[in-house]
Amino acid sequence: MFSKKNAQIFFFGGTFLSFAVFIGLSWHSIAYEIPKQTNSAAITEDVVRGKRIWEKNNCMGCHTLLGEGAYYAPELTKVIERRGPEMIKSILKSPTPWGPRGRLMVAYNMSEQDANDVIAFLTWCGNIDLNGFPPKPVLSQPTKN
Amino acid sequence: MKYQSQKIAYLFFALSVLLLVLQIIYGFIMGLGRLGYDEWFHDFIPFNTARATHTNLLVVWLLSGFMGAAYYIIPEESQRELVSVPLAKIQFYSFALVGVVAVVGYHFNWWEGRKFLEIPRPLDYLVVINVLTFLGLILATLYKGKQRTTTAMVLTMGLVFAALLYLPGMVWFESQTLDSYFRWWVVHLWVEGVWELIMGGILAYLLIKLTGVDREVIEKWLYVIIGLTFISGILGTGHHYYFIGAPRYWLIIGGIFSALEPLAFLGMALFAFSMYRKGGKKHPNTIALYWTLGCAITSFAGAGLLGMAHTLPSVNLWTHGTLVTAMHGHLAFWGAYGMLVLAMISYAMPMMTGRKLYQNSRGQIAFWTANIGMIGMTTALAAAGVAQVYLERRMGMEFMDAQNEISVHFLIMLASASLFAFGIVLYIIDFFKYGRPVDTPSQQVEDSFIAVSE
Repeated sequence: MFSKKNAQIFFFGGTFLSFAVFIGLSWHSIAYEIPKQTNSAAITEDVVRGKRIWEKNNCMGCHTLLGEGAYYAPELTKVIERRGPEMIKSILKSPTPWGPRGRLMVAYNMSEQDANDVIAFLTWCGNIDLNGFPPKPVLSQPTKN
Repeated sequence: MKYQSQKIAYLFFALSVLLLVLQIIYGFIMGLGRLGYDEWFHDFIPFNTARATHTNLLVVWLLSGFMGAAYYIIPEESQRELVSVPLAKIQFYSFALVGVVAVVGYHFNWWEGRKFLEIPRPLDYLVVINVLTFLGLILATLYKGKQRTTTAMVLTMGLVFAALLYLPGMVWFESQTLDSYFRWWVVHLWVEGVWELIMGGILAYLLIKLTGVDREVIEKWLYVIIGLTFISGILGTGHHYYFIGAPRYWLIIGGIFSALEPLAFLGMALFAFSMYRKGGKKHPNTIALYWTLGCAITSFAGAGLLGMAHTLPSVNLWTHGTLVTAMHGHLAFWGAYGMLVLAMISYAMPMMTGRKLYQNSRGQIAFWTANIGMIGMTTALAAAGVAQVYLERRMGMEFMDAQNEISVHFLIMLASASLFAFGIVLYIIDFFKYGRPVDTPSQQVEDSFIAVSE
């Protein structure tokens, strides 16, 4: 008969085992795989400053990066590749809210240096190997002419 | 209510429902933003402020509810008064203060800008001190108590682990991937791990009280459920590591273990219902029973099934970072933790005040309207999310073009949210009609059972 003691062993044993495997895999990921996959050697001072600006302004509160954030504004992982750095720089430096089709972005009015740092950060993010994310569209889109 | 110190729970419950109202208001602000009616407040409350406020208020009102529940349950389970009521009061006021300062700070760009963990670093330290005080009071009461029940131990274990897991979120990383990696140690291991322990503990307590089933039976199954929670939930963290720059083996591990996560919630639902049927007795507080059983069912639907719907890597590749996540998030938090806190409040209020407001129909209407409203919101987000996935991800439409296509679903979302808010308002009217806890309740409310007529 399944007793309370068995149930207890199931809980403590299962938890300990899962936790041990989780810690082991996390160690392997962080020590060996993530540095390679993210090209961590390329994290320059500009990239770090860019990350701080990214956080200070809670960009994730509207956008997503690596697919994480708030779904209110575009996913930015590959934005440098998609839009090119010049357009992004002009949006970041704009003194009035950038509002494509009605949805407003905060006007950050950034300095040249700050905008360049954010671009460096996004460029680094864009080169991470994300196991296939974001996927390429597979269905044809109606032609826009 | 057997011990006078249990009354401290009232303060936490009151804070909890007030912050819930604020959370709903910020939800409406976000909805207006999505429909493009935000020009008049965008300068003061841009979307990122509203979003940080909305999600952080959720965390704070739930934590306040959990703390209140612990202050109510632990003295009773360990059969003694709380070790210090004045310290608990200080803990309450400082907790409320930190919460208010954080939320106000978000309106002045004072935040960390990391999803769910926006609280700025100096306040993090205050949170740590606050939570240590809380845990100290709970642990000391438990230690000095006459008995240590499984229910009390599971609840306390959940609270202690939750506090420990707050710490990885306070380390700063230069790499966005590592930042995200450890942020999920807090967020995922909270809501799909240790919070489920808290949930299991509170549910077990409520079921013992409301169904009259023998404690031994309930507590045995409690161990099985929390065992399932950790076995699936810990390695299930992998579903957040699919596409953030972590190795590919997380796709397999995260896929398999997070697919098992619904089992814990299924266990919780089966557990609650079989105990309810086994009890064969009826507690007069049917409203508390509704919320308790509702929590067990809705957590399975929202956290279990809707989570399962987009957790497999082949699906998540397309849905990652879309409104599909918001769809799952709403019903999951509401079912598993929102309804749990409301169940606890519904159970404890008559005990603390000696009033039997559960005999009116307002509470029933509140239950149904809030739940139907929340299901409507979830459905609207599901429609919006699935459409977004097809238009933007599968067909390659521009982000804003796809957003404009799906904006109609946000009208439904706002309409459903209004119904939800109406239910919550009714719930809160009842809460305030109960009044404050009294020393000697005029009518002693006990866990007296009415025999069910077969």
